[in-house]
Amino acid sequence: MGILYFLIAVSILIALIFLAAFFWAMRNGQNDDLETPAIRILFEDDQPDNPKD
Amino acid sequence: MATYTLTDNQCYHCGTAITSTGYILDEKNFCCIGCQSVYQVLNSNNLCSYYSYNDSPGQTQHSESKHFEYLDESGIITRLIDYSDENITTVTFYIPAIHCSSCIWLLEHLHKLNAAVVNSRIDFLKKQVSITFKQQQFSLRKLVELLVSLGYEPLISLQDVVKDKQNTDNRDLIKKIAVAGFCMGNVMLLSFPEYFGLSSFDQQFKSLFGWLNLAFAIPVTFYCGRIFFSSAWAGLKHKIINLDAPLALIIAVLFLRSAFEIISSTGPGFTDTLTGLIFLLLMGRWVKQRTYHHLSFDRDYRSYFPVAVTVLKKEMEKPVAIEELSIGDRILIRNNEIIPADAILMRGEAYVDFSFVTGESAPLRKVLGEMLYAGGRQIGEAIELEVIKPVSQSYLTGLWNNETFKITDNKLQNFNDMIAKYFSLATFIIAFSAAGFWIYSSDSSKAWSSFTAVLIVACPCVLALSTPFTLSAVLSIFDKNRFYLKNTDVVEQLAKIDTIVFDKTGTITSADLIHLSFSGDLSAEEKILVASLARNSSHPLSREIVKWLDVNTFREVMNFTEIAGKGICGTVNGRQLKLGKSTFVSSGKLSQIDSAQVQLDINGIYKGCFKIKQQWRSGLNQLLQTLSQHADLHLLSGDNESERENLSHFFPVPEQMHFAQSPQNKLDYIKNLQSEGHKVMMLGDGLNDAGALKQSNLGVAVTDNINNFNPGCDAILDGSSMMSLSRFMTQATDAVKTIHMSLVISASYNLVGIYFAVQGILSPLTAAVLMPLSTITIIIFTSVSARYFAGKNRLNSPVEQVFKV
Repeated sequence: MGILYFLIAVSILIALIFLAAFFWAMRNGQNDDLETPAIRILFEDDQPDNPKD
Repeated sequence: MATYTLTDNQCYHCGTAITSTGYILDEKNFCCIGCQSVYQVLNSNNLCSYYSYNDSPGQTQHSESKHFEYLDESGIITRLIDYSDENITTVTFYIPAIHCSSCIWLLEHLHKLNAAVVNSRIDFLKKQVSITFKQQQFSLRKLVELLVSLGYEPLISLQDVVKDKQNTDNRDLIKKIAVAGFCMGNVMLLSFPEYFGLSSFDQQFKSLFGWLNLAFAIPVTFYCGRIFFSSAWAGLKHKIINLDAPLALIIAVLFLRSAFEIISSTGPGFTDTLTGLIFLLLMGRWVKQRTYHHLSFDRDYRSYFPVAVTVLKKEMEKPVAIEELSIGDRILIRNNEIIPADAILMRGEAYVDFSFVTGESAPLRKVLGEMLYAGGRQIGEAIELEVIKPVSQSYLTGLWNNETFKITDNKLQNFNDMIAKYFSLATFIIAFSAAGFWIYSSDSSKAWSSFTAVLIVACPCVLALSTPFTLSAVLSIFDKNRFYLKNTDVVEQLAKIDTIVFDKTGTITSADLIHLSFSGDLSAEEKILVASLARNSSHPLSREIVKWLDVNTFREVMNFTEIAGKGICGTVNGRQLKLGKSTFVSSGKLSQIDSAQVQLDINGIYKGCFKIKQQWRSGLNQLLQTLSQHADLHLLSGDNESERENLSHFFPVPEQMHFAQSPQNKLDYIKNLQSEGHKVMMLGDGLNDAGALKQSNLGVAVTDNINNFNPGCDAILDGSSMMSLSRFMTQATDAVKTIHMSLVISASYNLVGIYFAVQGILSPLTAAVLMPLSTITIIIFTSVSARYFAGKNRLNSPVEQVFKV
């Protein structure tokens, strides 16, 4: 059962990595605006010769 | 791509119903030349996708020419921009007109219109756009002018354009929730073996798990839980026991007892309860803190006034920030500009609209040497004024700086803080008597464990959670019905109101509903002439007149001239027409001004005038009748008594109607009512109500466009939702009822816990099960009942959101 010591350490480490990733995303401003990117992704790419519609 | 069907009566750009014909381009109809020119600009730049994402996404164009010279002043630029280096500048604007995906698309493609724009990003909910541009090729002023020309005028003010602080507060809380959630998950995991019972083989892990749990509990207590300690301490310093006081005590007891048990190896401790508790409490705080970014409730005069004003120095015009205005400065105020400081009229003819300051609806004529109060809007030619008081000490701004507001907090104590006292007292009595009993039976170890267990299990966390969850559910229901509250506390205030004070102009009358009448006779031919002339002007009154005349044919207009703030004239069918103010229509006999009027003159013969009367909001009668059953109704108006008779129908008690009230009168009136023990709600719209709104227990700003300026207040009510006011009040009362009921539920859970606790046999498992169970019950109960009551009060079906007016 000695392996448990190692596994617990690893599980906490992985959880810490996720926590750090979350902090990074926060600081990066990814959670500041949850609305606009959802709309932005639906825009079509620019067409160089867009005929009038 | 959406296909556009040519509808005859809607503007392709802004969707306004078209009253006149004549603006057709590429088989598309436009309501005015402004809309058409925006379309032309977009079309020539290959930006017509703007019209494909939404039908008629544009804004109605206003012809008012705005002056942005002040944006060339480096002193003002540095205060507006976020970042600048040698090459690029970043600036963030608040643009109220942003309302749909087309807006996002267009404003993020600004670089197609001007190559100097490097990047632009929109934050849709906050209606903000951040633009990065090369300032050597494109000045800030030109950028703003470009936005204005597209119909996206930024609201430039030095006060509340971009709020960064709120953002960092929120981020801090989310960080704490993340840490608490992380620790809670790990502690739960490590506590499971304890719940299921450790076999003798696994006993070696017991102390390891204990120590790990303690390690996780430390950051949760001291980092995440710190806000509860500091808030409790702040309360105690003012000799108030708020709800955070018992919470802080429980957190401390939980931590100390867990630490004691783990270090002395006498038990597993309550770290799972501790971390879970703090995690949930922080969630409650977060729910409570969520506010509506797009609205600002704390505006003061600075956001109403312009950023800068033109100062005349040695015959030179120079824009100066209004804070830097000093006594003796000579300022130039153009048509439609606001007078920023108390000043004396030195040159020109002043015709000032004080409706926002005094509530008086008709503009006032002022003569040379007369004093003009800050806040008035000049209509007509440019005037020169000499400043006699600094901006911050004018008659109007003085109301905001009123000392009384800084000292007294006139808001009512909320339910939680009121009950926290009794809750703490009851808990202590039970805890001490349990401990006393066990000491009396000489079982000191049980005395300690029962004492701490009672404190743990009597946790008011349910109370701390039921309030934010109930109130925020109500908040979002109100939001859907276009009643926007500053925060959740306002719901509780609303439930206690027993006196309602109304302002007249703009509050119970609607600025949008204009009732026109014409004094005199017009033949059918003359109607066509007037309509032909008026449709050339984009002034709102001209549009109203065209609508009112309701003719189908138009004649060609020659020599059309529009003099801002005065009137329009031109030759139609060989006849000379003049339409405008009595001073402009020279032949017009100067009739008494009782409401805004437009005079008409054909070929030098006075024909009569169009009278504009404001109308009561529809359904007002019914609303006031319903409200009068719950509360006392009062009316305070800055206007004269001319409407007293009409209003006596609505307000049956004559002593509760007051006219010609100054802002200070209004404030004092509210104070007086409060000193008689009334809980007063004030509904107002203008700057003249600002003092009263602040003084009242609940200040509600009524507005027809929520993006317009509104004075500092607790809530913003869209004019069209005013008729639901009584239902909002019932909903608030029901919400408070829900909180009371959830208190009963939580108390029954607590009693079960206390049953174990006083006997000193509370196991960590019982505590760990009881707490989340009661929490989940409460969260479900509160959100379900809030929606149930909303249905009962006919508020559930959200009024269809209409962004454009």
